[in-house]
Amino acid sequence: MSIPGDLKYTKSHEWTRSEADGTVTVGITHHAQELLGDMVYVETPAVGRQLAAGEECAVVESVKAASDVYAPVAGEVIAVNADVVDAPEKINQDAYAAWMFKIKPSNPDDLSGLLAASAYQALVESEAH
Amino acid sequence: MLIFELSRPGRKNLAQAPAAKPEANDIPAHLRRGDKPLLPEVSEMDAVRHYTRLSQKNFSIDTHFYPLGSCTMKYNPRGANQHAMLPQFLARHPLASEATGQGVLACLYELQEMLKDVTGMAGVSLTPMAGAQGEFAGVAMIRAYHVSRNDVARTEMLVPDAAHGTNPASAVMCGYTVREIPTDRDGNVDLEALRAAVGPQTAGLMLTNPSTLGVFEKNIREMQQIVHQAGGLTYYDGANLNAILGRVKPGDMGFDVIHVNLHKTFSTPHGGGGPGSGPVGVSERLLPFLPIPIIAFESGRYRLVTEKDLPQSIGRLSGFMGNTGVLLRAYSYARMLGAEGMRRVADFATLNANYLMAELSKAGFDIAFPQRRASHEFIVTLKGLKEQTGVSAMDVAKRLLDKGFHAPTTYFPMLVPECLLIEPTETESKQTLDAFIAALKEILDEAHANPELVKTAPHTMPVRRLDDVKAARELDLVWKKA
Repeated sequence: MSIPGDLKYTKSHEWTRSEADGTVTVGITHHAQELLGDMVYVETPAVGRQLAAGEECAVVESVKAASDVYAPVAGEVIAVNADVVDAPEKINQDAYAAWMFKIKPSNPDDLSGLLAASAYQALVESEAH
Repeated sequence: MLIFELSRPGRKNLAQAPAAKPEANDIPAHLRRGDKPLLPEVSEMDAVRHYTRLSQKNFSIDTHFYPLGSCTMKYNPRGANQHAMLPQFLARHPLASEATGQGVLACLYELQEMLKDVTGMAGVSLTPMAGAQGEFAGVAMIRAYHVSRNDVARTEMLVPDAAHGTNPASAVMCGYTVREIPTDRDGNVDLEALRAAVGPQTAGLMLTNPSTLGVFEKNIREMQQIVHQAGGLTYYDGANLNAILGRVKPGDMGFDVIHVNLHKTFSTPHGGGGPGSGPVGVSERLLPFLPIPIIAFESGRYRLVTEKDLPQSIGRLSGFMGNTGVLLRAYSYARMLGAEGMRRVADFATLNANYLMAELSKAGFDIAFPQRRASHEFIVTLKGLKEQTGVSAMDVAKRLLDKGFHAPTTYFPMLVPECLLIEPTETESKQTLDAFIAALKEILDEAHANPELVKTAPHTMPVRRLDDVKAARELDLVWKKA
């Protein structure tokens, strides 16, 4: 199972990376793409949209199911990755390279509420029946 | 091959019959179309053979064991069909008077009363024309109830993650936001999470029972208390009653609303777009909101209850009396079964599922909830097999087609990885179940000995493995003339 130690995670299976400029890059985890299977469609939020923490803001659709992607923290969408919209399979190829959107957090302290890799690993294991 | 590809310009259905010019003189000239519709032009024999061949390529409950969990094709007895096809039923105009329709109204009334009895609810309306419409009607009544009490701050519907996938959609269609309640390790609704989720914003809880994990919820009394104390109502998704029919009544469990899919439990055909039928039952306090028409029996006469009698009704869901033809089939089947037969449905639906589950466990398959008794269905997880051999649930499902069985539901519910959701139903013989078990055992052996064989299945079908990813990514739905 691939859970990079330098990223932070959410219970709803998003990964986040804190960038040097204070922004946060968001995608879905390797585990999430594995559960969903081959991606066929990705919808990203509009740049400039204000998101509340936990708000549904993007959609990934695989041959099995459509799933919402949630905002890990509150903030403004400042960029989206058009590459994954054009080629959703990039999420299957490398979930951590295929970022979906970047947020400028309203409150940088919110990031401390995200899960460390070890905590996310434990969550994934507890969910496996 | 599409029928359009067989088309030859000018070919007529009745090949050797003299061509007669159709006359449409009674339609004003400006309303008549000038050119012919783009229909395939084939001979009668070509048309008959084309569709017969297509039907022969299909898997169906009339040709194969079809253990599709959660949405199984079930028993469609020919007798029920025969009764519903009586010309007196078929030819009746829906606007004909009640006086001339006492027979059909009596049948519908009796069905309504039997469903009341079997669900334990205070009232039933037969009008919803599909499971989804039944759900919509149920949630609309919950909404109407709260609004009638001026209790308008309730905005949230609670839906467990093991519920039927339509529940959240029905809640949203009625203007609610959905809050998902997780499942505990044993497959029950997580009571702590439920306690934490309820509040003055709670409109209700929609419970699928048995859940899509194939187990009967253990803590219904506690759930009722938690939701009712918060002022919410409880909804029972009874889409599939096969495991509880005649044995347990949702009304006795304290539910306020239930919908039942006649096209699952009461014999009527489904799939291919219906027609379905999703009657709703309610507790005492929701009686004023039932969708109309309902059938009443007063002073020896049957009549339709309308908005005059029930001004708070959520209204009409169809122009007339729901899918009457489907209701008549269900009525006929319910009368064939009687109370004793209904109990046997539940007994054998459960027995068959538990027999399959026990035998597949012995054969080396991992059961998702081995500590629980199955209801009408159960889940096998092939996570271990995939890790050992690379063979996935989808591969096993495709290989089952080669062995002459329709595949179970795959990858649903999403709570269980690499899952097969299997529902044998009460109408299959032990020999059929044993043949299915033998086929799955063979596939398990093949997965270890020759995984490629399973991964590239099916090998004997009219089409091989379809590229569903390509089909989804490059949607091509409209035939164009080459």
